[in-house]
Order: sequence, then structure tokens, then C-alpha cells
Amino acid sequence: MKRSHWSIPYVVFMAIFVVLPLLLVMLYAFQDESGRFTLANITRFFSDSDALGTFAVSLEVAIENTLICILLGYPAAWILANKELNRSAVTIILFIMPMWINALMRTLATAEIFNMIGIPLGKGTLLFGMVYDYLPFMIYPIYNVLAKMDRSYLEAAQDLGATPWKVFWKITVPLSMPGVTSGILMVFMPTVSTFAISEFLTNNKIKLFGTIIQENINSSMWNYGAALAFIMLIIIGITTMFSGERKEAEEALI
Amino acid sequence: MAGEEHIIDLKHVSKRFGDKVVLDDINLYVRKGEFVTLLGPSGCGKTTTLRLISGFLAPDEGEILLDGKDISRIPPYKRPFNTVFQRYALFPHLDVYENIAFGLKLQKVPEDEIEKRVKRVLKLVSMSDYEDRDVESLSGGQQQRVAIARALVNQPKILLLDEPLAALDLKMRKDMQIELKEMHKKLGITFIYVTHDQEEALTLSDTIVVMNEGKIQQIGTPTDIYNEPVNCFVADFIGESNILKGRMLRDRRVAFIKHEFDCVDEGFGEDVPVDVVVRPEDIYFTTDPAKCQFKATVNSCTFKGVHYEMWVDTDTGYELMIQDYDPYEVGTEVMLYIDPDDIQVMRKERTRNVFEGRMVDETHVEMLGGSFECLPQDGLSAGDPVSVEVRFEAVDLLDHQEDGVIAGEVHFLLYKGDHYHLTILTDFGDHIWVDTNDIWDKGDLVGINFAQKDLKISKRNEA
Repeated sequence: MKRSHWSIPYVVFMAIFVVLPLLLVMLYAFQDESGRFTLANITRFFSDSDALGTFAVSLEVAIENTLICILLGYPAAWILANKELNRSAVTIILFIMPMWINALMRTLATAEIFNMIGIPLGKGTLLFGMVYDYLPFMIYPIYNVLAKMDRSYLEAAQDLGATPWKVFWKITVPLSMPGVTSGILMVFMPTVSTFAISEFLTNNKIKLFGTIIQENINSSMWNYGAALAFIMLIIIGITTMFSGERKEAEEALI
Repeated sequence: MAGEEHIIDLKHVSKRFGDKVVLDDINLYVRKGEFVTLLGPSGCGKTTTLRLISGFLAPDEGEILLDGKDISRIPPYKRPFNTVFQRYALFPHLDVYENIAFGLKLQKVPEDEIEKRVKRVLKLVSMSDYEDRDVESLSGGQQQRVAIARALVNQPKILLLDEPLAALDLKMRKDMQIELKEMHKKLGITFIYVTHDQEEALTLSDTIVVMNEGKIQQIGTPTDIYNEPVNCFVADFIGESNILKGRMLRDRRVAFIKHEFDCVDEGFGEDVPVDVVVRPEDIYFTTDPAKCQFKATVNSCTFKGVHYEMWVDTDTGYELMIQDYDPYEVGTEVMLYIDPDDIQVMRKERTRNVFEGRMVDETHVEMLGGSFECLPQDGLSAGDPVSVEVRFEAVDLLDHQEDGVIAGEVHFLLYKGDHYHLTILTDFGDHIWVDTNDIWDKGDLVGINFAQKDLKISKRNEA
């Protein structure tokens, strides 16, 4: 048996669980209920002010979440990667440990805590929940890049007269950008399509794009739901391309 | 050339990493404009010394003076030195121009001035037209040039170079050595250079500082260091040499390999044990029986490019290395002589092992972290502090560490013509010196034992 044959099970798996569903989404998106080809589902979205509004809110929340994750996650990753500040692996585990618990459970528990202490559910609690859920995905790739960074660059910069502050901004930050990019990919994309967090943490007061897809599918409006999902895929595809330096960003995850 | 004014002074500098002493009371000065090389095997403390000067490490004791002022607590970015790093450390996110301009931009030098200086320094390292290149697209040699340019463009008072040529291949290394030497002459900046390559040190330096195990062994010009090594370590580390046990009979007369020779050394006293160094190129063949000092038989002959390297067995049973332009066939009997000038006599650092210990009972002494059996000692009782002498030949080395009373590893070895002189580092960090005919390699793990009769014990007065 040739080595290339070993890949057959994976190819079959990908075909059934990735390619086929994507094709089905596209098929449904361009069909009406009786199965005829149509563009109506797509055009309906662009004339549906409700859906467009939700979409805008989704993007806004996702951008805000990503920014907060960068602001909180970068310093955390920097501290974790700095051997003088962080001498034990325990802190790293503490950051990763929440990921051992199912995200839905955590979100439910968070909502209960807010209810208990009487904080009204709304945008604030939504963002809190999102940051809580996605922060590790920002920290990890940045930490990875920082921990692997050659210390001699930092020394060379100091040697050339850079204060620690300048070293950070002129060397550490630019060299860790691949980590930030992959952190953005891992946080931004899932937050655009999430619906569970907004359901639990705002009681569906704030609807996200994921929410309306879910509502459509739940009420058996498969074609429109598929069209919305298709539009979202395209948008995510575009952001991925814009984030550039894909290769380095992927390396940051290894 | 080098003036008399000191630019850098290291005074009683010591540095420890945890329990390990990496620099032990270093005293060193560098004159303005000098090319000084710190030379030694890996782990000798040369890089640590450089990092103390560049400011990435602070000394535990002692001071570092720049133009007479202590700088040991000043951070690296405030010191007027620049470093060429071993792995270049060029910033991968900046192109060649931006890398070189990095330091100048930090100093807020005006843009047109930066451009002028970057262009000038690129020309100096023969890298004009490479300004816009991505540093990762450059070869090792080109990256090295950019690294040198990046350091020089800031016009440092001292250029520090940390094994800058170690990653280059031989041919390129030779070319870069010549270029560095020329740059040094042209710029008049003080260079402090770190290397483990003795040939590089001899080629480049005005002054060589030979280091080993955190201590300075010798400071001198390349010719001084080569011709007059102060101890076996320096003689062995710099170039090829025959290191032999000898006796200074009187002024200007020394005996070794069981022959007597005239030499030029004086002041050792009479009948004093010494070490003798003779460079392989300083042993001459002759056909004139009047000139002949001793005879030998050639036992191997290898062509080395410029010269032949021959091993000969002397009529008195010693092996010597000789380098000559003419080969002699294996088995030939030859007549040899050595010029008095070419015999370098060195005082012996020690003639026997002396350990401090304590009596456990009448027939056991505790030292070096183990308890050794000895002959019954009259007049000494348990607990008495003693000093124990052991001759170099009397140390038993065993193949298996667990067979010895204590264990250690072969740390350094010298061939002395008819036997090996080893330095053993024990697990407890003590040194034991051994003369043996057995062949060991550096790093071999050994068990150590002494025969009862070889321990010469005397009472020690505790201060």
C-alpha cells in the first residue's frame, strides 16, 4: 500500500462532512421551496432591514469583542511568555483551564451569576460573555509567537540604544503580529456567527446574525437560512483574505 | 595604533550563575584603539566577559570602568558600545536599510544624515545596492556584513564582536578576517573580539586574553602568547606543541626527554621540576653529527598541505611531533636538534595533589567527599584535620564510576611525550591531577581510588 493511500479515510471524511454540507448550503441558498433555481433568497436579505440591522450589530459586537480580546490578551500573553515574570507553568494552565469546561455551561453559569447579583442582561453582559469565552483563543497564538521569539533581537535593539519601552514597540510588537493575526481570525470569525451566548446572556434581547440563521432553520425556512449562512461564509472568507500573512498566522498556532 | 590610554578597565570582576563561578577575579584593561581578543574554549567565561562589558549582565563583584568611570550598573542602551552578535540578530521585519538605520533613528538623527551614514557604512562593508533587500534573503556572509554595518553606523566607542565569524565557512571566514582587520585600521575604533578559534585570534589581535574556567591565563601579543606560553593550558590551546616534563638543572640548562639542552631561561633555581614546551616546527633535522642533540625514528608522516607532520620516537622512548617542509620516510633514523631560543620553560603549577581532609578513625581519612582507607596513622586521632599528598602517578582511575570511592570525569588532558597528564573533575567539584599511560578521552566518566600506601598524611593546623 502506498503512503498516499493512508489519506483516503480523511478524504472521505472531508467529502462527507465538509464539502457535501457546503454544497448543500449553496444548493439550498439558490432554490425556492419547490426546488427551482432562484436568487430571491439572496436579494431578500439585502431588502430585509431587520436582517441587515442584525448583521450590522453582529459585526459591531464581533469587532468590539476582538478589540477587547487583543487589549486584554496581548499583555496576558506577554506576561506568560516572559520567563522572569512567569516562572511556573501553573499560570498558563489557569488561563487554559476554563476551556476544559463546555462553553455553553460556562455561559449559562455566567448568566445565572448576573441574574443572582442583579445585573440586567444586555450588551454589557453579552460582551463580557464573549470575551470570557474567546480570550484564550487570543492569548494562545500570541503567547506562542512571543515564547518562541529569539531573544537576541531584543538584545540587539537594546544594544543599538533602544529603551525597554522602544524595544517593545519597535521589535516585540511587530514580530508578534502573526500571533495577533491568527488570534483575530480565531476570535472574530466565531463571534460573527455565535448565537448561544446572546441567547443566554441577553435573553435574545440582542439578536446576532447567528440567531436569525438559527431562527429560520428552526422554523423550517431552510432556503432563506441557507442563503444567510452562505452570505456569512462569504464575509468570513473575505476577512480571512484581508488579514493577510496567512502562512505566518497559521504557524503561530503550531 | 593603540595608545596608552585605557578605555575599559575590568577590576576584580567576578560573576556567578547560581553556585557556578563563571568569572573569578578578572582584571583586564583595553587601550584606546586596540584590537583585543578574548580567547578560550567554550565555557571559559569569554562571552560572559563580553556581556558584562555590553551591559547585558552585571558583575557580582568588582567594577567595570569606561574612561575611568564605573559603568557596571548602566543599562546596555545607555552604553556607547555596539555589538555584532554571533547569529547576527538582524531584525527580520526590517529591510537592510532600516536595520542599519535603527540605531540612528532612535537617536533622532535627521533623515538625510541617516541616509548619508547608512550609504557610507554599506560601502565600507561592500554591500552598496543592497539597501532594499529583505534581510532573510541574504547569505550568511552578507547578513554578517549588514550586522557589522548596523553596529558601526552608530560610531561606537567600542565595537564588541561575539564570535562573529563562527557561522561562516572557512574560505569566507578568512576573507572576513582580513576585512575586519582593515576596518579596524581604517576606523581606529577599539575592537573587543570573542572567539574560540586560536588561529583567528593570532591573525586579528593586537592583544590576546587567553581564558579558561573563568580565569585569565595569559595576556599578551600574539607572538608572546605563541612563543612564550605561561602554562600548559595556553601552550596546548594555542597551536600545536610538544609539552614535556623536565628539570631545570641550572640557569640556561634544562633536561627533558632524558637529554640535556641549552636554553635561554634563567632564575628558576637549580634542579627544579618544570614543564617544557617545544613547538613542532622548532625541532630541526640535521645530517651533521656535531649538531645532533638526540636521535629518533620516524613512526608516521602525514602531508598537511604546506608542511609534513611527523611523529618520531626518540632513542629515550618519548614521542614528539615535528613539522617540516621535507618528509622523512617512516622507519628512518634521524638526527635532531632544538635551538636554545625555541625551548620555552614553564614553572610547574603543581608537582603533586594536595587534598585537605579529616581523620575518620586510625585507618580512614575523609576527603574529596569520600572516605579512603589509609595505613594506620600514629599520632593522629579521629577528627584531626589533615592534609593528604598523592603523587600524580598514584591515582587509580577505574572504568566504572561505581567501582571508585568517588566518581568524576576527565576534564582536560595533555600528552606529555610518554604519558598523559589528566585533570579530573570530581562530582563534588574538586580537581585531581593524574599521570597515566592509559588512554582516556575528554568527558570520560571514571571512578577514583587511591592505594593505602600512596596517601601521605600529615597533620594540618586549622586557622
